[in-house]
Amino acid sequence: MATTPKRKRGTTRADNQASSDDLLKYYREMLLIRRFEEKAGQLYGMGLIGGFCHLYIGQEAVVVGMQAAASDEDGVITSYRDHGHMLATGMDAAGVMAELTGREGGYSRGKGGSMHMFSKEKNFYGGHGIVGAQVPLGTGIAFSYKYRGENRVCMTYLGDGAVNQGQVYEAFNMAALWQLPVIYCIENNQYAMGTSTQRHSSSPDLYERGKAYGIPGEQVDGMDVLAVKAAGERAVAHCREGKGPYILELKTYRYRGHSMSDPAKYRTKDELDKMRKEHDPIDMVKKLLIDGNIVDEAGLKDIDKEVKAEVAKAAEFAQNSPEPDVSELFTDILIDA
Amino acid sequence: MPIEVLMPALSPTMTEGTLAKWNVKEGDIVASGDVIAEIETDKATMEVEAVDEGTIGKLVIDAGTENVAVNQVIAYILEEDEDASALDNVSASSAPKADAAPAKEEEASSDEAPAAASSSAAPVSASGAIERSEAEPRAMSVMNSTQDEKTYTSFKTQTVREALRDAMAEEMRTDENVFVMGEEVAQYQGAYKVTQGLLDEFGDKRVIDTPITEHGFTGLATGSAFMGLKPVLEFMTFNFAMQAIDQIINSAAKTLYMSGGQLGCPIVFRGPNGAASRVGAQHSQCYASWYAHCPGLKVVAPWSAADAKGLLKAAIRDPNPIVFLENEIMYGQSFEVPDDEDFVLPIGQAKIEREGTDVTIVAFSIMVGKALKAAEQLAEQGISAEVINLRTIRPLDVNTIVRSVMKTNRLVTVEEGWHFSGIGAEIASVVMEHAFDYLDAPVARVTGEDVPMPYAANLEALALPQDSHIVAAAKAVCYR
Repeated sequence: MATTPKRKRGTTRADNQASSDDLLKYYREMLLIRRFEEKAGQLYGMGLIGGFCHLYIGQEAVVVGMQAAASDEDGVITSYRDHGHMLATGMDAAGVMAELTGREGGYSRGKGGSMHMFSKEKNFYGGHGIVGAQVPLGTGIAFSYKYRGENRVCMTYLGDGAVNQGQVYEAFNMAALWQLPVIYCIENNQYAMGTSTQRHSSSPDLYERGKAYGIPGEQVDGMDVLAVKAAGERAVAHCREGKGPYILELKTYRYRGHSMSDPAKYRTKDELDKMRKEHDPIDMVKKLLIDGNIVDEAGLKDIDKEVKAEVAKAAEFAQNSPEPDVSELFTDILIDA
Repeated sequence: MPIEVLMPALSPTMTEGTLAKWNVKEGDIVASGDVIAEIETDKATMEVEAVDEGTIGKLVIDAGTENVAVNQVIAYILEEDEDASALDNVSASSAPKADAAPAKEEEASSDEAPAAASSSAAPVSASGAIERSEAEPRAMSVMNSTQDEKTYTSFKTQTVREALRDAMAEEMRTDENVFVMGEEVAQYQGAYKVTQGLLDEFGDKRVIDTPITEHGFTGLATGSAFMGLKPVLEFMTFNFAMQAIDQIINSAAKTLYMSGGQLGCPIVFRGPNGAASRVGAQHSQCYASWYAHCPGLKVVAPWSAADAKGLLKAAIRDPNPIVFLENEIMYGQSFEVPDDEDFVLPIGQAKIEREGTDVTIVAFSIMVGKALKAAEQLAEQGISAEVINLRTIRPLDVNTIVRSVMKTNRLVTVEEGWHFSGIGAEIASVVMEHAFDYLDAPVARVTGEDVPMPYAANLEALALPQDSHIVAAAKAVCYR
């Protein structure tokens, strides 16, 4: 039952080269998430999006890199900072934005909101609002894969805040005990809401949190999409070989506050500026594209325009889609037996 | 057209704020994500980022201006192919107006009825109110109970324990997706021997011992149910499920709704509920009203072995999350159970266990037996009591209760749990709503005493409803 823990000290860098097409794809996907989130922030400011709205800006390389390592059949589940994950699984931007505005055209027909969207078709299982709760759920999705003999993996995302929830370790234990194909992707954006990792975690190395269960862990530069993809591929291979769970700690950074109403006074402007200027995941790929003569500035601009048009279209749909019919209040509570 | 930069709201409740500082000046080139201004409210200071790229054409509101309304134009950004002349048309019409939101957004609002306007208006709108009453949510609790239970000719004597085991085994034989999971369910054969023999027949892939980890395995089983597996999750007792109640309610019960109907959760949470005997406060609690409170769950509480078998089979077949409340003291009691592979009982239908004319006694789980004993004693005293076995708590079979009360005009509810916000409180309310004019006496509730369960034998007996309490309550509502 015991697995040999494989741990790597320090930060894993990209150790494989991606093809030109791949780089362009990652650039476009990351840009779509960023532009989408900026637009969501704007619509929130206009009062068109209500409640809580947790933006993914800065963390784009994590989910895009992991999805590049996964197959379409693999499952994805995450917490409430979830818009990026939906777009990365191929969910329609208009359907996601319309859910943010609480409209009929949204993925949950307006009944879920920013934190609660799902797409069975894209194997995206939410969208969960209780910190850490998605971890046993994702472990259960992996359990179903093993139960049915399917060679699929469940990407279970959690933040650095969630690693202090007890149910995370309950899930780690069962996943290791039963060798379930689940990858715990710890998105360490360094702040659990307003409390920094140094102030909430007795050890800074979150990838070691599975050590007691024999779950191998790696720390990865989560601002580098190629490093994420490479680590993701190792983790996926481990799971597909039936060796059980794997932990990736993806060191990343969120540019915005925890939610729209968080002014993020717990960190310095210099810290944020340094991340944006020196470690931006999109700029990094942009540089690879330009330096590698894969695309010129004009070519990048075309991609920018396409992405912008897609987001504008999504925003328009999200504003024009009607509110759900009042009869929706009483639907989807129970399935007719 | 130049791009309008609007005064943003930091929260749904913010209506105005101070434009504290401009970080850009007219003529500056900005890109998406650049911080262009800082705004302040009484709660916080926030940065405003450009969402579009271009040149700052005009700063409409001066830095330091207070009470700037949300959605007011604070600046214009010129797009790539525009020059300052593009501002000629807009600057005259959109001079700063401290008390008015920009016209353009207002129009959009009235045309589209966007979320901001409607979030507060919709719930009180006339159309909403009409729809709400038309949709009649409580219809869900008034189940069709006119349908007679199928009659069976052949019976066998079984304990509740055996009936539960047979129900699981039969459903596992017909559906590969059904599996049993919990503490000591496999090798130990069940902490209360309810799962005896299942491991031998179905193997360790489908009969799974878990670590003692309620919160975790409840989430895990719920996740597997999202994928279409049908877990029968045993809690050694429901007292331990309190560790897992977040997953039961927030994940299992609400996901169908939150996903707009995409993700169902066909799971059964089962195990003994309520007081056993002399196990103290933390192991002796009734959770019926806790779970019955929540939409998205069905809550079932069998009394007899026939109830246990027929209802557990129905629960496993049901596509919804079901809380199935058993009782440890009942496990060893024997009843007649229909000897028929197709025997199944409908969820949502109560059963009249004993007909009567003077007073209705509604009970569930172990209290049904006490109610029947009380009815015997009442009969000796010339009072004819009708005893209803609820079988399902949610959806509540309001029809059966109300029809009985219309006949007897008197009602006593019996439950082991505490009275405050208990099942009896709900039944009393429902009867008041549907049969107020038929009541000849206030509804009486017999419940557990409002104390944590004591250990001492004499105190425990005092804390739990007894036959004598039911007799006394029935006599009281009959003014005898």
